[in-house]
Amino acid sequence: MKYTTTVIIGAGQSGLAFSKHLSHRSIDHVLIERGEVANSWAKERWDSLRLLTPNWQSRLPGHAYNGNDPDGYMNMAEVVRFLQGYADSTGAPVQDNTKVISVRPLDGGYVVTTDRGEWRCRCLVLANGACNIATAPKVAQALPGLIASITPMQYRNPDQLAVGGVMVVGASATGVQLAREIQASGRQVTLAVGEHVRLPRLYRGRDIKWWMDAIGMMDMRHDEVDDIRRARRLPSLQLVGTPEHMTLDLNALRGMGIEIVGRLSGLCDGKAQFSGALGNQCALADLKMNRLLDSIDQWVTANGVAAEFDAAHRFAPTAISAEPRLNMTLADAGIKTVLWATGYRPDYSWLHVPVLDRKGRIRHDGGVVDAPGMYVMGLPFLRRRKSSFIDGAGDDARDLVEHLNSGLHRAAA
Amino acid sequence: MTETTAQTTANTTANTTVNNGVNVEALIGAREALDAAPEAGQFKWRATSEWVNGTHTRSTITDFYGLGAEQHRNKTFTVETDHPEAFAAEDNAATPVEVVLSGLAGCLTAGVAAVAQHRGIQLRSVRATLEGDMDIQGILGVDEDVRNGFGNIRVNFQVDADASEDEIKALVAQSQKRSAVFDIITNPTNVFVIVNA
Repeated sequence: MKYTTTVIIGAGQSGLAFSKHLSHRSIDHVLIERGEVANSWAKERWDSLRLLTPNWQSRLPGHAYNGNDPDGYMNMAEVVRFLQGYADSTGAPVQDNTKVISVRPLDGGYVVTTDRGEWRCRCLVLANGACNIATAPKVAQALPGLIASITPMQYRNPDQLAVGGVMVVGASATGVQLAREIQASGRQVTLAVGEHVRLPRLYRGRDIKWWMDAIGMMDMRHDEVDDIRRARRLPSLQLVGTPEHMTLDLNALRGMGIEIVGRLSGLCDGKAQFSGALGNQCALADLKMNRLLDSIDQWVTANGVAAEFDAAHRFAPTAISAEPRLNMTLADAGIKTVLWATGYRPDYSWLHVPVLDRKGRIRHDGGVVDAPGMYVMGLPFLRRRKSSFIDGAGDDARDLVEHLNSGLHRAAA
Repeated sequence: MTETTAQTTANTTANTTVNNGVNVEALIGAREALDAAPEAGQFKWRATSEWVNGTHTRSTITDFYGLGAEQHRNKTFTVETDHPEAFAAEDNAATPVEVVLSGLAGCLTAGVAAVAQHRGIQLRSVRATLEGDMDIQGILGVDEDVRNGFGNIRVNFQVDADASEDEIKALVAQSQKRSAVFDIITNPTNVFVIVNA
């Protein structure tokens, strides 16, 4: 059995940023990576995916984008190269192609069992990502056997799908992006829409992510928001990274010929039922978007910089059909595939430490897990609104390494 | 996304003076208590009905189950339903579907008051007018393709409050999001009916 002070599970942006700050404090550690650096980005995403954040916003401690397209959005190969470059430049001690089998508590620390031996450590960092497993609602089990069922983890491109109609369930980032490319492939898409977060790609001539960063939203801390549980559950933003900086909201999707229906609320005898609350879901999303745009306009006015930007304006409200469809007999409608874009969750199946709540979520306070010396990184709004973005890894890692370090000193004293 | 900032501002400026008659602290307390003991959140709501005559029925409502125990009221409510003369009935009371609309109105309006209190918005008046479309070829069995229930339901809220138009719209939208009756009407529910068991 090998010993190190800190084991980091996962060598993506979170693990690498944590490693950088540990090295800065000369705390010995190892990163255990099931594949290679940036494995999820490399192997578990669809072909066309690009980051939702512009290139310049991929900032890590001591590392930044230095290409010639700062306002573009990296594809997955570029993300992998970016993170591999970071790992190389920091000399992160990554033990790759090593799968964690179990983590158990031992003598105030932990034993990490892998398929390539055991590690003992004082501190443990869960940096394995927020999107290890695609989740599907219970109704998915009632899907007739003749209709294919696929998750975004299995999906790569539309050619995988049978010719015919596709129902995409979920209209957050994944759902809207996949609905768009599947519709463009000639397969008629029906998009089932529940709660969602509508955003324009550009506003007043700047990227919406630029604005959210500029007005301080992304830096807002977990202990500053009104309802952190709600903030952590918020669906991902309806955004896509394209060279044209296109806005991919429901109006755009409807314009492409996609049928917008309410949340999939029932599936019985091959008949899908959709919630009649679609209008309210869209009203909520429009109101929320406008509150953000109001905040941006207020920031511009307060800073007296209106001359630097295009004029303030508002986008057309989400238009839905006068009577959205409430049910659909899948076979009659020619649906051959249902794609469940209904969210992701982390995989903690190997974590044999009692730190999960009744919903299987990890109990933590700003990344400090409810177990001695254990930390988690990269979850939505972990410490800040930007925590689940590449740009958020640095600040969170700095804070948590400081906490980890003072814990080591307390133990030594 | 910005609702947190907007709400915080509203709360700090107005919470002390706003009174919509809703005990928001108790509701927030309940939410926290349920997080620790989710089983206490299991409720059973009940009604008992007795046929009077014709299409006239009288329902009584008293005890319910919740917070881990039977909850006894020291009173009994009565809701009567009948059908109008157009249905060759005696019109002793509202139709059941009108009672459903009243239930939706009551639920959404309670939500508006609670959300307004939480957001520090003083309400002056809240009026809702509801209308549901129904093709009675369904219930009469004239056309198998026509459903029995409502086609569309329209709710027209008139809210007078110390808030901007968008803040008022957000109150009504949030109320729908958290409404039990709105959910019951917009989503399917399994209904199990047994006889003489």
